Formats: sequence, C-alpha cells, structure tokens
Amino acid sequence: MSNASPDTLTGPAAALNTHRSGTRAMLARNAEAFVIPAAAVMVGLGAFSAFLMALNKSPLAFFRAIYFGGFGSAFSIDNSLTHASPLLLTALCVALPARLGLVIIGGEGALVLGGLAAASIALPLHGLPYFVVLLMMGIAGALVGGIWIGIVGALRYFRGVNETIASLLMAYIGIAVMNQLIEGPLRDPASLNKPSTYPIGDAYRIGDIPGMQVHWGLVAGLVACVLSWALIERTTWGFAARVSGSNIRAAQIQGLPVGKLILAFTFIAGAFAGLAGMIEVAAVQGDANASLASGYGYTGILVAFLARQNPLAIIPVAFMLGAIDASGSLLQRHMGLPDATVQVLQGILFVTILFSDTLYGRIKWLNPDLWTRAQS
Amino acid sequence: MSGSADIGLWGVPLAMIGGAVRVSTPYIFVALGETITERSGRINLGQEGTLVFGAMIGYGVAIITGSPLLGVAAACACGCGFGLFHGWICRFPKVNDIAVGIAMMQLGVGLAVFFGKPFIKPAAPHLPAISLGWWSAVPQIRAALDVNALFILGLGLALFLNWAFRNTKYGLMLRVVGDSSDAARAMGLNPNRVRLYATAIGGGLAGIGGAYLSLYYPGSWNEGISSGQGLMAVALVIFARWNPLGCFFAALLFGGAGALGSALQSVGVTQGYYLFYAAPYVLTLIILTATSSRSHSLVGAPGELSITK
Repeated sequence: MSNASPDTLTGPAAALNTHRSGTRAMLARNAEAFVIPAAAVMVGLGAFSAFLMALNKSPLAFFRAIYFGGFGSAFSIDNSLTHASPLLLTALCVALPARLGLVIIGGEGALVLGGLAAASIALPLHGLPYFVVLLMMGIAGALVGGIWIGIVGALRYFRGVNETIASLLMAYIGIAVMNQLIEGPLRDPASLNKPSTYPIGDAYRIGDIPGMQVHWGLVAGLVACVLSWALIERTTWGFAARVSGSNIRAAQIQGLPVGKLILAFTFIAGAFAGLAGMIEVAAVQGDANASLASGYGYTGILVAFLARQNPLAIIPVAFMLGAIDASGSLLQRHMGLPDATVQVLQGILFVTILFSDTLYGRIKWLNPDLWTRAQS
Repeated sequence: MSGSADIGLWGVPLAMIGGAVRVSTPYIFVALGETITERSGRINLGQEGTLVFGAMIGYGVAIITGSPLLGVAAACACGCGFGLFHGWICRFPKVNDIAVGIAMMQLGVGLAVFFGKPFIKPAAPHLPAISLGWWSAVPQIRAALDVNALFILGLGLALFLNWAFRNTKYGLMLRVVGDSSDAARAMGLNPNRVRLYATAIGGGLAGIGGAYLSLYYPGSWNEGISSGQGLMAVALVIFARWNPLGCFFAALLFGGAGALGSALQSVGVTQGYYLFYAAPYVLTLIILTATSSRSHSLVGAPGELSITK
C-alpha cells in the first residue's frame, strides 16, 4: 500500500490511524489468518460437492461417511489419529524448508528410506534393552531421512538446483532403492507375496498410548510440531530463516549464514520424515515393506500448505486430513466410490487453498490498511 | 524369443535405440509443451497430472469410440483444459505457479485414477506404427525401427517451434512476455493472456504425450503409468535450455535411459531391475546438477521464470 506512514499524518487522517491500530484492527488482522483458509476450505468442499452431484452421488452421504469414518466414535477418532501421526511429521518436512522459501515435496522418499534404515538396524541390535533399540532405530531413521533431504538442500545451495524437482526425483529414487533392497539383500525369505525385511520383533514394537488405540508416534509428532514452532518463532536461527525466506539478498547482506540454514533446515525436515518412517515400521508395519510408500509424504505437502507452513496449525489440519484418509475405505464400501475420491477431494482443497493466497490483504473488513483509503 | 536372429550383445544397443524412440515420445510432447509455457515466463509442474489424465482419457475414449485418434484428440482437449485452469489461477496476484503445479499434479492424478477404474481391464485399439525397418531381415532391427507417427510429429513440432520462436509474430510475443512483463505491457501486450494461452497449449501437448503412453507404449492404462515422466520432462526443459530441438535430443537421451532396464532384461540380465528402473530419475538429477549454477542465472532462461530467479 502506498499510504503515507502513520507518524506523518495529521488531522482527520491521524484520527483514522488510531482507528487503524485499535482493537478492532488487531482483531481483523488476526481474523484474516483464520477466515481466509476456512473460506477456501468451504469453497473447496462446495466444489467437491458439485463434483459428486454431477456423478449422481449425494454429497450429504459423503460427508456423513467422512464424519462416521473419521470422528463418529472413539474407535474412528483413534483411527484418524493413527493416520494423522505420520502426517504431522511429513508436513513438517514441507513446512520447515518453506519458511526458508524452499518448496520441498519429496518427504515420501525420506519416509521410506528412514523406515528401511530403522528396520534394518533393529535386527543386529536384538537383545539390547527396549529403549536403546528404539532410540537407535529412531536415530537411524532420522539420520537417513535427514541426509536424503539434506542432499536436496545441498544441491540447492551449492549448485542452484531447483529443490522442488530435485526432491521429487529423490523420492522416486528412494522408493526404487527400497524396492531393490527389500527384493534383494535385505529380504526376509519368509516373506513370499509381499517382499519385506526381517521383522523387528514384537519385543521392540512401539505400543499404544494407555486408554487409546493410538501408538506413541502421535506424541512424537505433536512434540516435533511444538519444537519446530519454537525453533522458527523463538530462536535466532528461526528468525534468520524467516528473514532469508522473505528476502535472501537482504539476509546475505546482513551476513546471515544462508547456506548453513538451508543445510540445517533441510536436514531437520528430512529427519522428521525419516522418523515418520521409523514410527510406521515400529508401530504399524512391524517390518519395512512396499506399504511404507503409501502416500503419507504427498498428503503431508497438502497438510503443510493448508496450515500455511505454521507448525502449530499443522496439528489440527493433520487430524482433519487423517480423518479423511481413515474414512477412505468406508466410502468405498458404503457409496461405491473408488479410493481415489479422497485424492480428488485433496486435490480440489489444495487448489482452492493456493487460490486463496491472492485474497490476503485485499478484503476490506479484514485489512485495516484499506480502511482509511475507503473513508477518505 | 523365437524367430529372433542371434545377434548377441548387439541386442542391447539396438533395443536401447528402439526403446529410446518408443520411450522418448511422451517426453518430447511434454517438454515441447512446457517449453512454450516456460518461454512465456510461467512454470507448470502440473504437466505430470495432465500426462496421467491424458493417458486415462485417451484410453477411455479409444475404448468407447473404437478410434485411437479420437482418444488422442480428447486427451489433447483435456490437457488444454488443465492448462487453462492453471493459467487462469496463476493470473491472480500472489498465487505461486510452482505450488499450483503441485496441486494440479495431485488433482490430475486423482481424477485420472478416479475415472480410470473401469478402463484398467479392457483393451483399447492401439495407434498404428510406421515400419521404417522394411529394408532389414533382422527382426530386432525391424522392431527397433517401428516408429509411431506421433514420434515423427514430435520431431516436426520441435523443428517448427525452433523456427517459430524466432520468426513469427506469436513466437516473438511469447518471448517478450517471458523475458519482461513490463516490456510486454509497454508494447500493448497482456502478459497474463499470453501466459494463459501458452499454458493451455503446453497442457494440450502434455495430453497428447499421455495418450501416447496408454495407446501405444506401454499401451495400457494403469495407475502407475507415468510415475514422474511429466516431471522429468519439466527438468529436461531446463537441461535443454528452453530450446525445442534441444528438448527433442534430450528426450531421446532420457528415452534411452528409460529403456536400459528392459533392454538388459531382453538379453537375460534380471538383476537390479528396480535400480535400472530408477536410471532416468538419477540421470535427470545428475543433468540438473551439472547444468545448474549457483552464482549466475541460466543462459537462455526466460527472465520472468520463477524457477531461475
């Protein structure tokens, strides 16, 4: 906006300015961050309803199925939370680099290889105490995932390679590497139809949170979101990252360590995705197999964008999309809709939420900066 | 393999040449389309989704109407639709074209899988091949030189675009818009409209590439039909420096890499199937790394392209 800065204004304009910085203005500014995404989700759901109606399916029945499959009972809430747990971590894999201005979409590869690393390190450690083995698995998963996405960061920083394309290529390569290893050297000969690594052993599985049918990985994901929020909003590193994300030249002129930031943030991002893989192996699958590549990395991209790359906002959004994921099978059974319905819904939501980016700062009652101009 | 002459290890390079021609065609179309889009200053990562949707709709229409050509036309039309949608969303201020591309990728693949379920089983009529190997008695050579008309069309299109970018009014308009929105506006052009049409044409070409996948090679529709070829084609455009002829040769190179796995399988090497399958991805990454630069912008890059800024 080209309005004069507040301290140079006099007379009636000054009066309007106090208005602009008052409580109502503050409320409006905060409301913008909720109203616009909520409206975008509503528009997306509306478009999706139109899509269903065009196919002679009832949108009401669809949303009822999502409600019962995702939120309707204690069991379905637990199921949604189980689906949300990896999404928390894979969304962080997108959100952290995004604060630096990097669009990383290859979390799937880091998840898959992290899970594979965790599963393969468990076997030689058999006999050691539970928490030691679990810790080593976590470290292995996070390290491999971190290196995998860290490579993307390094290519970006040292060679200027576009990180979006590179990360997706790395995801395909990661999945191929996993398939090769579980078909070959790491294969448990007992796994006939579905090639897998040797099971990590029931003694080393991650259990459920008492009173729920949700594994402890959910807590790990929540802690990771809170820690990431603290890293970005409450540390100098996070501040430096935000500065670099909004203006990289300014950051370089200020002498901020842009290269180190890129490497560190991509490593941490990949480590979270790798950890998600480790948790999937230790809590859900019991070994590493092709089911690890079931799309959590890709859904995480949508979660991060819906949350506007804010680690705390990831928590409710991941729960919402986890619920949609969880009710996918119900849709198929009750409505005769294919699995891909969920994919279509996600795609539509993704498009509308990106479209809503254009609205920020342009809606009059949400942007106090436009109030003076309107009244003068 | 019965009836094949014993040509030993020569089979590998022959199968790779034949494979390069077969596998490269979708790359050629997506890459040429993306060249047009990127020359206008926009990047459309949604080409991957368009490719998969084009494969599905081409296959479906060919089954229903019995005509593979109608399938190609339908795929092209749907691709244009996807491109128009991408171009329309991106004309609004503050909307990020790369992110919209990712969303369109997910939406396109989702829609393709959603509508494509009934088409997994039935067989569609294939696009006919033109046999250029009539002079040879060796069956492998004949197989390698069975060329689809779309490949030749792709070559012609590359030559045409190479000429048109330099010598036609529309080519110059596209390049001005791509290099500087301000200069274009000063000339009375509307950059958003030019980009809209450029993205639509790019999408249409990607749709044709998709129809080739399902109607010729590999010649069937399934959910994993592309797995990243549209995206690799986008990377290939950077490697080819936004030059249509460069795109053609780069696509051949990628096709050769993609054919490596099955070429080795045909002579009995079955080890490491998944690693050979990953060869095109690795090649893309190596090429991107080798041709990108940290310190200066890429030679030949359109000035308004967000990927190089």
